[in-house]
Amino acid sequence: MTQLVIIAIYLCIVLSLGLFASRMFRGTSSDYMLASHSIGPFLLLMSLFGTTMTAFALVGSTGEAFARGIGVYGMLASSSGIIHSLCFFVLGVKLWQFGRKYHYRTQIQFFRDRLESNSIGLVLFPVLVALVIPYLLIGVMASGTVINKVTAGRIDKGQVVDETVTFARGTFPDFLELGESQSGEQTFAAGSAGGVPKQLASLAICGVVLTYVFFGGMRGTAWANALQTCIFMVLGILTFYVLANKLGGQDGFLANLQALGESIPENKATRVDISKLKFTTYLFVPLSVGMFPHLFQHWLTAKSANSFKVPVVLHPVFIMIVWVPCVLLGAWAAGSLVDVPGPVAANPNAVLPFMVNQLRIPALAGLLTAGILAAIMSSLDSQFLCLGTMFTEDMLVHYGGRQRFTDKQVIWSARLFIVAIVSLTYFFSLFEPRQVFTLGVWSFSGFSSLFPLVLAAVYWRGLTKAGAYACVLTAIGTWFYLFRASGYAADETYGVQLPFAPSGYEVMPVTFMILASTVALVVVSLVTRKPSEETLKKFFA
Amino acid sequence: MKQAVWITIVALLILHQDFWWWDDGYLVFGFMPIGLFYQACISLAAAITWYLATIYSWPAELEGTEGGPQQ
Repeated sequence: MTQLVIIAIYLCIVLSLGLFASRMFRGTSSDYMLASHSIGPFLLLMSLFGTTMTAFALVGSTGEAFARGIGVYGMLASSSGIIHSLCFFVLGVKLWQFGRKYHYRTQIQFFRDRLESNSIGLVLFPVLVALVIPYLLIGVMASGTVINKVTAGRIDKGQVVDETVTFARGTFPDFLELGESQSGEQTFAAGSAGGVPKQLASLAICGVVLTYVFFGGMRGTAWANALQTCIFMVLGILTFYVLANKLGGQDGFLANLQALGESIPENKATRVDISKLKFTTYLFVPLSVGMFPHLFQHWLTAKSANSFKVPVVLHPVFIMIVWVPCVLLGAWAAGSLVDVPGPVAANPNAVLPFMVNQLRIPALAGLLTAGILAAIMSSLDSQFLCLGTMFTEDMLVHYGGRQRFTDKQVIWSARLFIVAIVSLTYFFSLFEPRQVFTLGVWSFSGFSSLFPLVLAAVYWRGLTKAGAYACVLTAIGTWFYLFRASGYAADETYGVQLPFAPSGYEVMPVTFMILASTVALVVVSLVTRKPSEETLKKFFA
Repeated sequence: MKQAVWITIVALLILHQDFWWWDDGYLVFGFMPIGLFYQACISLAAAITWYLATIYSWPAELEGTEGGPQQ
């Protein structure tokens, strides 16, 4: 129960901060969506980092390191340190400049002007929303799993130990308490196991995020992000320290680290189980940040171009601070000093919360869970707000006519769309869960396949309207084709066999998506009508 | 200097492909697998490189530009 009280207190603090920020709300749609372009370097660093690090970074990285070893750091963390900052530098600053000059609030407004296409939004909007939804699902699903595992009772020989539960059997209806065990039976141990049922935990997180985004808008989101980023970094390091001392069984921190290091199985301490070609082609995945609509919106909140310098420099260091401990924890969990039971091992998302729960120090477990939730919520909020902004600006106001709506109506339509998206995401999260890491990689791959579009829009005068359409349609077409081929992310190690290469030479699906969308963009742009001189002057003067 | 910064970034992307540590399970400081240690160093090198980029490759026309939509 102590864990649950701490989690509840933490959620109240976040909620209060978001609501406090809403008292500074200036009442305009620009303030609601972009915090009146007032975000300085520190808040920008925290909100960009908090937004890009989600359940994927904490729960996903630990689970993936448990399943595949330390190679997961090179696959996504160190590559992101280079590529994310590259995107902030070469795209973020430029797009901030255009946004400031031409009053953009969304990506689509920029593309509409740059491509001289009134209809590009009709193609891009559904594509971007469809790609954000798996990303949202990662957070909603993981938050439910984490709260459930940390508040659940201990399982001994397949049975829940009654004295250790937070909620006794029968507190909730069966459909919330029972789950399918490995033998196919519906049991309490495979369900909520005496913790907060996943469905209710996810619902609570959706409710908290929705409330502070609804009232606080971008300012509330940025403040809550900064707080949550500080919390998950500090508590992440604390988790690592406490777990190392608990699991190592030696005297002294270094001795514990060494004992745990030696316990890592050979295949997890190296990358023998990871394909080199896949490792190399993982480099394309972090390009997704160039096309994340919620990051675009955060870029536009910057007070000045100089605000970008701190995030560009410190982003790789922050990634390292968060990922190295998580990857080590996952690798230790695969070793002989940590006994991960079968049901947990079958669901790598549950490895980190399981280890936290093993501490048997309820107050600390509650605090550490708050840290994990902080990481999750700091991404969910930006994504929800961004979708509300896009719907209002790119659909309702653009096609309905700006003069038909008052500023207040614009704010309210954004809020109502946010409520609809939160509800839809929550609904999807109730279905069969996928591994957080795998789902994340598919979502990011889709955004990466649109990267050639934003790069060309900023740096290539030759990009045409038809080229942009060809790029978007090819990207989403190849994404869907390959996603389907992977069994809708059921095959977690899915790769695409290289043509004319010996069997086993597989690359990440994102490689073909980017290749196809780039070829479509370039070829079609070369043979179709160029944008007007006026437009080119506007963006390339 | 501007070019040197961009060359360093490309070099980092190449150095990131550390196939030479692929099956080496040596523990640095007795606890950190070398493949992980090396990649953590890549993260630090990236931060230093990006610091140099903000000094030597920052678009001069943007120095001192303030936020808020231009009217």
